[in-house]
Amino acid sequence: MKISLIYLVLLLLVGLTGCELDNFEPPKSTFEGRIVYKGEPLLIQSANVAVANNSDFPVFLELWQKAYNNRSSIRIPIKQDGTFSSLLFDGDYKLIVPNGQGPFLWKRTAANTPDSLDIKIQGSQAMDIEVVPYYMLRNPKISNNARKITGSVSLEKVITDAANGKTVERVSLYVNKTQFVDAGNSLNKADLAGADIKDLANVSLTTGELPALVPSQGYVFARIGLKITGVEDMIYTPVQKITL
Amino acid sequence: MKKTILSLVALFSLTTGCKEDAEFLNIKSTNILLVDEVYSDPRLVLSAATDLYNRIPDLVEPANFGIMASFDEAFASGDYGRHQNREYSYDDWNLWDYGYIREINLFIERVNAATRLSAADKARFAAEGRFLRANAYFELVKRMGGVPLVTESLTYDYSGDASYLRKPRAKESEVYDFVISEFEAIKSILPKTPNEKSRATYGLALASKVRAALYAGSIAKYGVNTPTVSLPNGEVGIPATKANAYFQTALTSAQELITSGQYALYQKAPDLSTNFANIFLDKANNPEVIFVEDYKLQSGKIHSFALDNQPRAITEEGERGGRLNPSLNLVQSFEKLDNSFAPLAINKGNPNDYIYYDKPEDLFADRDPRLQGTVLVPGAIFKNRPIDIFAGLVLANGSILSGDQLGQLKAVNGVSVQVVGLSGPIDGYDGSAQGGFYMRKYNDPVTGSGQIGTQSEVWNVRYRYAEVLLNAAEAAFELGQNAVAAGYLKQVRDRAGLTKALTPGEVTFDRIVHERKVELAYENHLLWDMKRWRLAHVVWDGSNSDLTTQPGKATEPSTRVYSLWPYKVYNPGGANHNKWVFRKVLSGRVTQSHVFRLGNYYSRITDAIINNNPTIVRNPNQ
Repeated sequence: MKISLIYLVLLLLVGLTGCELDNFEPPKSTFEGRIVYKGEPLLIQSANVAVANNSDFPVFLELWQKAYNNRSSIRIPIKQDGTFSSLLFDGDYKLIVPNGQGPFLWKRTAANTPDSLDIKIQGSQAMDIEVVPYYMLRNPKISNNARKITGSVSLEKVITDAANGKTVERVSLYVNKTQFVDAGNSLNKADLAGADIKDLANVSLTTGELPALVPSQGYVFARIGLKITGVEDMIYTPVQKITL
Repeated sequence: MKKTILSLVALFSLTTGCKEDAEFLNIKSTNILLVDEVYSDPRLVLSAATDLYNRIPDLVEPANFGIMASFDEAFASGDYGRHQNREYSYDDWNLWDYGYIREINLFIERVNAATRLSAADKARFAAEGRFLRANAYFELVKRMGGVPLVTESLTYDYSGDASYLRKPRAKESEVYDFVISEFEAIKSILPKTPNEKSRATYGLALASKVRAALYAGSIAKYGVNTPTVSLPNGEVGIPATKANAYFQTALTSAQELITSGQYALYQKAPDLSTNFANIFLDKANNPEVIFVEDYKLQSGKIHSFALDNQPRAITEEGERGGRLNPSLNLVQSFEKLDNSFAPLAINKGNPNDYIYYDKPEDLFADRDPRLQGTVLVPGAIFKNRPIDIFAGLVLANGSILSGDQLGQLKAVNGVSVQVVGLSGPIDGYDGSAQGGFYMRKYNDPVTGSGQIGTQSEVWNVRYRYAEVLLNAAEAAFELGQNAVAAGYLKQVRDRAGLTKALTPGEVTFDRIVHERKVELAYENHLLWDMKRWRLAHVVWDGSNSDLTTQPGKATEPSTRVYSLWPYKVYNPGGANHNKWVFRKVLSGRVTQSHVFRLGNYYSRITDAIINNNPTIVRNPNQ
């Protein structure tokens, strides 16, 4: 009895201590930054996906670590303010923007696959990724007039060549109770089809009257989004808090 | 002494046991059948085939009903996450089961090589193997686009380099062509036995061919609406020039099956709604059903659809039931008997300006009888008992009194009254009729089907004659033969109980889409149809748009499931006392609008597959 007890205690000690050696160090280098055009962040759709499912954000980057033969991508979601952040192991990576992601153009190789960017992670680092958007939204102004929200914006066409340039499908003004406000999250909205826009430099739209907010609050959030023909992800202006 | 005896015994056993070493080890197993033994007896070959039939990949089936709430056909009363996810994962609906393909290839090769089977058996089994393989490739191409076509069992030579086994993806059109030609090649080998529902027959080969050709044709035709959903070498995307040939194949094959007279629409019960529900329940001489996955009570192959979807008011198993609630989106899509579309008449503009009904089912009285064959509406009877769906009482002053327990009683002016139905709906109460409706299609009305110990043997209908007719109608419509299309639509709609025939001029694309939506709801068609029409990203577009007021229009967004909650008026002495009113409700659990991204049209091929075979190219927009 005594012996078996001693063995038990010994076993327990082994169990408590033994695992330390074969555990991996967790990744602890932070790689963060923003998606920018000439230093200005591109603002996009907010993400709303289940906790375990981080591969399905509206816009994401992919990192591929070079050290291993069996490669699989690490997906880095972009938040609605254009920032991203990821915890990684140190090492050499390649970064790509997968096909069909983002309201911007990413360089392509001769084989028509997304071009890659070499990234060396050695300790935490911040890095802005420069891309060329189809359009930029300039001078957004949003105001409230008797519970009707009016917004105006100027669209700057950045990519103008015939091969890559895209037309405007629609400009939308979204209003919501929280700071998550976009095509998928809105209480009220106004749409203006691309064909109805006379002057890209001066687009203005007004929503209908806001419904009563339950529970009531004296402010809303709003921003203007641009849907580009043939491009899935929209580009947005900064979220603005509007007092009613 | 003991030790001596033991060693003697050991000595004896050594001297005698090893007499014929080779023979001794060569004992015939009593519990394993070897390959050549299996392929020498037709009954054993059938067992092997049964295993392959059993493994047919179905995305939607009654045994796995949760996915029926993934889109806009149903509210998941309990599994609310389905309505709180905005994006569909690129991995959703994927399939890459080359283990299954290999076993089918082995099966075909072994049947062909068998020496002790009769020629007739060999031919039939080989054709069944080819059916299963073509069916598996059809399933693969629907989900992944063009995939490597492997039509023989591949064997590794242990040389350390497996790269010679790598095959690149075939074109999407090549996979469809392969599938169509296989179905065509085997149709006359397979028996013409329409009562055989679980094995491949002549009718099934043709029905599958029609479906495959129609899918290929519509991808070719509507692919132009999504130019980015394509790959330069055709692994995804079919040239528009091929559309008409595919539609013609679909129409010709459908007409061959129709004129063969082997199948007919099910018309047995006088009540049209019951008749429609019975298509899925009646296993005795069912003339409509072509191919099923069958289930049998007390055999181990049963499913829990009835257990988990029985109305809560009449549940046979405590807290179980009511998990899937048909949505108002689907319910309002059923047209009126005069062939017109309209939202349900529940108010006069203002949600509180009710329209009063004597009985709750009266609201649905002028609708396509298939509605009540698909859905249990408030006021319906199931298993001979009322299902009791109402959300609360509307009191004399217009306020609503409800409860938080099924069938709760509360005192109103001193009188104890039931304030909520025994089936709910109660917001957030799992299994209560939060969508306002319960399932009738596939729901087993047999007593005991709601018990864990019994469950249900309702079969999963994979192919039925009505779909063949609708496929024929669609192919004819796409070929500009509207009169032919109207004729096939008429058969389906007459059986359904719609008395006014559509004129050829009224057959539009929206009509085709609508007819499939209501006839084939919950039958594993919705996703594939929306994909091949390239409508998925239009209808599930991520906008939080309101419930459409044009339910007959194919391109109307439908990103969130709406509910319809009935209320009983409680106003003793008042004119409307005990009448029924309805409110359109968006459940608080529905927090996100579905967005089907362009990258969802073809599921993601995982990095692991591409690592093993770098010749595989990724699907577009991912």
